[in-house]
Amino acid sequence: MKKIDRNQLVKEVAKACVEANIYLAEDVAMRIDELANLESNSRAKSILSQLEQNRQVASKTKLPLCQDTGICVMFIKLGNQVQIDFDLYEVLNEAIRLGYDQGNLRKSVVKDPLFRSNTGDNTPGIYHLELTSGDNLEILVAPKGAGSENMSSLKMMNPQSTVSEVEDFIYDCVVNSGGKPCPPIVVGVGIGGTFEVAAINAKRAAISPVGEYNPKTEYAEIEKRLIARINQSGIGPMGLGGDSTCLDVSIIESHSHIASLPVAVNIQCHVARHKVVKL
Amino acid sequence: MKTYYIDLPFTQEQLAEVRSGDLLYLSGDIYTARDAAHVRLHKSLKNGKCDLDLQDQVIYYVGPTPAFDDHIIGSCGPTTSSRMDRYTPDLMDAGLVATIGKGDRDQAIIDSCVRNHGLYLVATGGVGALLSSQISEYAEIMYQDLGPESLKRLKLSNFAVYVAYDTLGNDIFA
Repeated sequence: MKKIDRNQLVKEVAKACVEANIYLAEDVAMRIDELANLESNSRAKSILSQLEQNRQVASKTKLPLCQDTGICVMFIKLGNQVQIDFDLYEVLNEAIRLGYDQGNLRKSVVKDPLFRSNTGDNTPGIYHLELTSGDNLEILVAPKGAGSENMSSLKMMNPQSTVSEVEDFIYDCVVNSGGKPCPPIVVGVGIGGTFEVAAINAKRAAISPVGEYNPKTEYAEIEKRLIARINQSGIGPMGLGGDSTCLDVSIIESHSHIASLPVAVNIQCHVARHKVVKL
Repeated sequence: MKTYYIDLPFTQEQLAEVRSGDLLYLSGDIYTARDAAHVRLHKSLKNGKCDLDLQDQVIYYVGPTPAFDDHIIGSCGPTTSSRMDRYTPDLMDAGLVATIGKGDRDQAIIDSCVRNHGLYLVATGGVGALLSSQISEYAEIMYQDLGPESLKRLKLSNFAVYVAYDTLGNDIFA
């Protein structure tokens, strides 16, 4: 059994919250650079160059890339050989509180969805726990901004729908959101499972590494077709026209009921924050 | 596409001249307000006296991050404008001449820009660190209890925006 040190966990997760907000992930920066080289629209090119300038300013000044420093979503993989003698969620909340204070990040969480008052410390986080085997505790820290989150969608499709009808639904979600989610975006898609599983898979897909395709060829083909189609939509960076509308489309599929075909689309802006902590 | 350098407040001639797609570098004072501050501003307006004198003013939809000691302001890019659509026409009818945010908006905002000879401007989203260097003064004015959503006054210095909706009803997103 591996025993997890409480203080080390707080320190590492707090650091990940700050770094995910200040340093643009390398896979994302590289893809933005590739798109900028291919872009034919001059305004779009100038916006993409602002993204690169912003990356440099943020990393130099330690200011967050974007003022929306997100609600902290974490995907936790907990091995069966890991021992934790504390309340994991409470300790992760402590890490968020510390990171958002030290990093001067914006506190963007309200206690109640209808009777809204800011909790003042960006807690609590949103936690997805997966039990695995082995002696690793792995936490994917993904502070999620609301501008792109609000453009997400879920549809319980007819299981007889064709692949092309599913692709149309995903494409329409992107086109209907236009410039609101800060394109170029990452499109996370969850296909199958139940209602809630599709949504969680879509979120997990939206924060997966840019440029990695689904291991199943049929799904990788869908991803490639959608990337090409979305980038031909003309929406462009910030919706002001151009060839650079999406950085990536990523699909996670799951088994489902004979009568069900849920399809969830979670949209992620070009800041695409993600940082992994391994203990 | 033309480029203009504008010292705020806008003159009537400037508002009438700029077109959807033009790039403006704004300098001068503006106010910030987003969701929660809009609820309060609009309520005060409906009750007969707006908490803020909106005549010829510009509102920027932003909730900045806290500033470090040696900075004027933290990261401060635009938020999605469409969430403010239900309040903007009334605020423009009361004298507000322009709003700054990101993303397309309701037809009612295009109509309001035509009716009030006003503009809807967009700044680049997700580049808040870069935009902070184009702000030279910062003051919290009211609604302090709203934290990041309080109403602030900023002095802009060559702050880059594109004209999305102009006074003729042109739409950059169309």
